[in-house]
Amino acid sequence: MVEREHRRKPAPSRHEEEAVDEQPTKSEKGEKIKAELDDLLDEIDEVLEVNSEEFVRSYVQKGGQ
Amino acid sequence: MAIPKVCGIETEYGIVVRGAAEPNPMAASSLLINAYVSSLQPRVGWDFEDESPGNDARGYRVEGPAAPEVETHLVNAVLTNGARYYVDHAHPELSIPECRDAREVVVWDKAGEQILLRSMRAAQATLPPGQELVVYKNNSDRKGNSYGCHENYLVDRAVPFHRIVAGILPFFVTRQLFAGAGKVGSEAPGLSSAEVPFQLSQRADFFEEEVGLETTLKRPIVNTRDEPHCDAQKYRRLHVILGDANCSELATFLKVGTTALVLAMIEDDELPRNLALASPVRALRQVSYDLDLGLSLELADGGRISALDIQWEYLTWARKYADTHGLEAVGEEVGGEILQRWESVLTALETDPMSLAGSLDWVAKYTLLSAYRDRHGLAWDAARLAAMDLQYHDLRPERSLSARLGLERLTEDAEVEAAVTEPPATTRAWFRGKCLQRWASQIVAANWDSLVFDVGADPLRRVPMIEPLKGTAAMVDDLLEACATPSELLQRLGT
Repeated sequence: MVEREHRRKPAPSRHEEEAVDEQPTKSEKGEKIKAELDDLLDEIDEVLEVNSEEFVRSYVQKGGQ
Repeated sequence: MAIPKVCGIETEYGIVVRGAAEPNPMAASSLLINAYVSSLQPRVGWDFEDESPGNDARGYRVEGPAAPEVETHLVNAVLTNGARYYVDHAHPELSIPECRDAREVVVWDKAGEQILLRSMRAAQATLPPGQELVVYKNNSDRKGNSYGCHENYLVDRAVPFHRIVAGILPFFVTRQLFAGAGKVGSEAPGLSSAEVPFQLSQRADFFEEEVGLETTLKRPIVNTRDEPHCDAQKYRRLHVILGDANCSELATFLKVGTTALVLAMIEDDELPRNLALASPVRALRQVSYDLDLGLSLELADGGRISALDIQWEYLTWARKYADTHGLEAVGEEVGGEILQRWESVLTALETDPMSLAGSLDWVAKYTLLSAYRDRHGLAWDAARLAAMDLQYHDLRPERSLSARLGLERLTEDAEVEAAVTEPPATTRAWFRGKCLQRWASQIVAANWDSLVFDVGADPLRRVPMIEPLKGTAAMVDDLLEACATPSELLQRLGT
């Protein structure tokens, strides 16, 4: 039986510790992704298929492996 | 010691012909592939001498229901990068050449996408006005029809198959945490959008067995097809049918890299504990449907564990394995990268999954669709979201939502471009590809483990290539350099 408290996460390697300073913090990374997403959402309707329902309905494939 | 994990991916792509009154996917797939290969003269066909998909790794042979799945009359070509490009089950399918490590797999998988994209453009010129042929790198049409993205790994024949099954099952059930391509809703019977608004995997809905030979019906988590395409006395080829086709390079890298590493550990009998799940098939869906990533799964011994904790266990064992055995089986340098990325992805999934929106497919798709849904006040069963789900996998860069998201790259454009025509230097694919580049007009057929030459008056001559790691650039470049003609090559090879 596996018990949660027995779990051992590997200690970060030295390489990662050195790299820590260069990594954006969690919230910075999240904010950046969110800002990029907002930009994409602003322009996405130009890219999306015009008639979603028809597109989804007509996307029919033969079953494969 | 574990043998080198030579590996590769074969992808069945979705295909549609817009504007056609009665689209025929088989004809469209043929048209697509022919349009590409006809620009590459002369063309070399596939040789079916070695195909035996009815052989079962558990030790017997099946006749009848599992008849060979290759339709020999359909278009089937070998490319100079060592890949096989063909029509299978009404889909265009591309098997990348054998690679030595997970990073090479990513490069040739991306090159495969380029080949499909170029095929689409070439095919477009031959279509009537008003029609358009489009290819998707996904695994389902959202109507219950699924098509696969299979992986292959070289395994030592001496390892008992039941040990592979026991060791790999808990890992396979949970690797979708990073390898899933994401899907809106569920195609399993009786599940509403309210119950499964979004799930991690494209394929989890379609698996009904733990172990078996089938690939199109009653799909098993561990496939037993025993068709090594190399020296069958020494090797197996583990044929993995479970995975999603990934657009994310990191997802492909981790999917193949961690699987190869776990297989090396199983081969060396270095999995310290068996995390056998009470019901792997049920757990596969539970994990796919659990967007909180915290669900506890039932173990066969009565214990409980989360999917993430199963992955942490495997990673811990892999770190220990690296210390005691090294990582040569998966490539020393690439192996270090696999461990490091595996750990950082598990950490992110545990603490801040959203931070992976620029790296992994299911997170990227979920984040984008959630934001779109919020902005427009849509329900999860809205057609617009289903359309975006499909369009995430559109191969046309101007239409592809995964391309628009600008996911993290592990490859460079130049190496992907080179891989469209060049084989990996590290496996027998090099010999296959280089011979095709130089002497295609005198090669009448090729398959994974041989080339058949026609050098005029003599009978056809087959050059066997039963060792996946013989025929590398290091081993054959001097030989190829020294031969001006295939006759000289055959003479020197003594065939």
